[in-house]
Amino acid sequence: MTGVDGIEPVIALEGVSRTFAGAVKVFALRDVSMRVAPGDYVSITGPSGSGKSTLLNVLGLLDRPTIGIYRLAGVDTGPLGDTARARLRAAELGFVFQGFHLMAKRTVFENVLLGMAYAPVPKAERQERVAAVLEQVSMTHRAAFFPATLSGGERQRVAVARALAKGPAVLLADEPTGNLDAQTSGEVLDLFGELNAAGQTVLVVTHDPLIAGRAARRMAMTDGRLEER
Amino acid sequence: MTAGPKRARPSRRERFTGGDLLGEAVRGLAGRPGRLVLTALAVMLGIGSLVVTIGFAQTGSRQVEATFDSVAATQGMISERADPLTGDKPLPLPWDAAERVARLNGVVAAGTLSEIEVDTKRISAAPVFDPEAPPVAAPAVMAVTPDTLATVEGVMAEGVFFSGFHEATAQRVAVLGRDAAATLGVVRVSDQPSVFIGDVSYTVIGIIGSVKAGHGLLGAVVVPQSTARRLLGLAAPDELRLRLEVGAGPMVAAQAGPALNPNSPNDYDIALPGPASDFRKSLTRDVNSLFVVLGLVALAIGALSIAVVTSLSVMERRGEIGLRRALGATQRSVAAQFVAETSIVGLLGGLIGAAAGVLGVVGISAAREWTPVVDLRLVAAAALVGVVTGAVAGLAPAVRAARVEPATALQEGT
Repeated sequence: MTGVDGIEPVIALEGVSRTFAGAVKVFALRDVSMRVAPGDYVSITGPSGSGKSTLLNVLGLLDRPTIGIYRLAGVDTGPLGDTARARLRAAELGFVFQGFHLMAKRTVFENVLLGMAYAPVPKAERQERVAAVLEQVSMTHRAAFFPATLSGGERQRVAVARALAKGPAVLLADEPTGNLDAQTSGEVLDLFGELNAAGQTVLVVTHDPLIAGRAARRMAMTDGRLEER
Repeated sequence: MTAGPKRARPSRRERFTGGDLLGEAVRGLAGRPGRLVLTALAVMLGIGSLVVTIGFAQTGSRQVEATFDSVAATQGMISERADPLTGDKPLPLPWDAAERVARLNGVVAAGTLSEIEVDTKRISAAPVFDPEAPPVAAPAVMAVTPDTLATVEGVMAEGVFFSGFHEATAQRVAVLGRDAAATLGVVRVSDQPSVFIGDVSYTVIGIIGSVKAGHGLLGAVVVPQSTARRLLGLAAPDELRLRLEVGAGPMVAAQAGPALNPNSPNDYDIALPGPASDFRKSLTRDVNSLFVVLGLVALAIGALSIAVVTSLSVMERRGEIGLRRALGATQRSVAAQFVAETSIVGLLGGLIGAAAGVLGVVGISAAREWTPVVDLRLVAAAALVGVVTGAVAGLAPAVRAARVEPATALQEGT
């Protein structure tokens, strides 16, 4: 599938809705369509309950749309089974979480290495890649450290390195600065900017308009509907 | 960075393999060494007690075999049955009882043994009447057939035992039991000493040194059955002694009656050993079943503790599980990792338990001065049982781990 301008989008949602069954049927996503081209830097904002978490789960292949088509890196994810979705997730998606989710008993180097554990990256290349991404996030000097000895900003940079190591089609960040103070938030956002400048597709979900302001494309979620500003 | 080339099915060099899985499992366990020790210890107790029980049973049965099989499990006796009302013995054993039964399969040797009532004062090594001599307990007189010595596994100390010639021709020969020879003052047979039973002299051709059954022979003057019949008024053989192959008891017992008297096969008292395996089992069974049950209970407790502790770990490691799923782990590989972790715990417990069990068997054996017998396959089996126990115990927690919703787990924070 190709986009309007002839480039195949990394992410393409067409008419995606997600409803949750219950006493009252909840429409978390209502007819959402979006395209993210390679190299885009997209932010999605919205108040809590607007459906942005659901959107992120759908984009991260952790949830399935009730209706609609989701193409990730050219692959229609609708007909895929759980194993194929896991494989696609391993190959194309890099997650950055608000809570870092670094493993406390492993060094920075090992944590980044774990990012490729399930990914289709040749094992012979993995060590080199870890070194390269640690360089990229300026954490080479901390490679042998354990996460507990790092500051919040450093931890998030390690988490970004872990997401980047396998070379994902898109970096999905969920409130990446939610646990950080203003200054370190700025550092992490600067890092995102640098990565994007180097060609990395980045998609950030946040409730903070200041963070959203860094992105070239800003989208807002309200009541399950997505609109670009 | 940009997207790498897409691969539908990653090659082995790229995939998350079983080796990677084991590596992750080992790291997962190493992160909580206290729990690892605790749960492995629980399995160890179970496996250890099973290995001790089974190893002890192996050692014990070997010991039992060595002690009992040669005598108790192979010696048997057939005698006339007394009428319960009158005390009569209506059906004497035939004279050729030994030959008849010796033909049966499973009979190694058969011979008769009869005690003859004679005036014991009239048994002496020389016909000298010494009124001053104090009365001594005179030896008994017994009549046997030539195979009786082999039947009771007797060994001659001097000379030879009777042969078919002596029996067939009712020779006036005698063999002395070791104790009877001492009483009568006979030490060697090379000078052809005689003993007198009444006025009749018998040439002593041998001295019995030892027997394993029919110990009465050692204190007796023994004569051939035909001689006793002719000269000492023996009416019929008293009892028939049998030596059997191990385990032949039930078969010979069924066939001996008809062989002795086809017309009235049930009129003999047949006392033969039961099946060999019964014999061995009966001694070890009681000990075994109790300890096997204890071992299994301990193993079940071990499995349960693995399951509980691992379930706890799953709850604590929701963040890690969510992360792995986000990194591309399938539900199956998450479940497999937890099963691998519990299997390793089981393996460790099994190996340590097997080692402790073997040491226990050796210790018990040393204390009892027994030869420890432990089948090496038992050790391998113990390790395997440990792995299986661990794997089974890990199934339920693994399923729970696989069902962790990654999206929720990831939003919970570290």
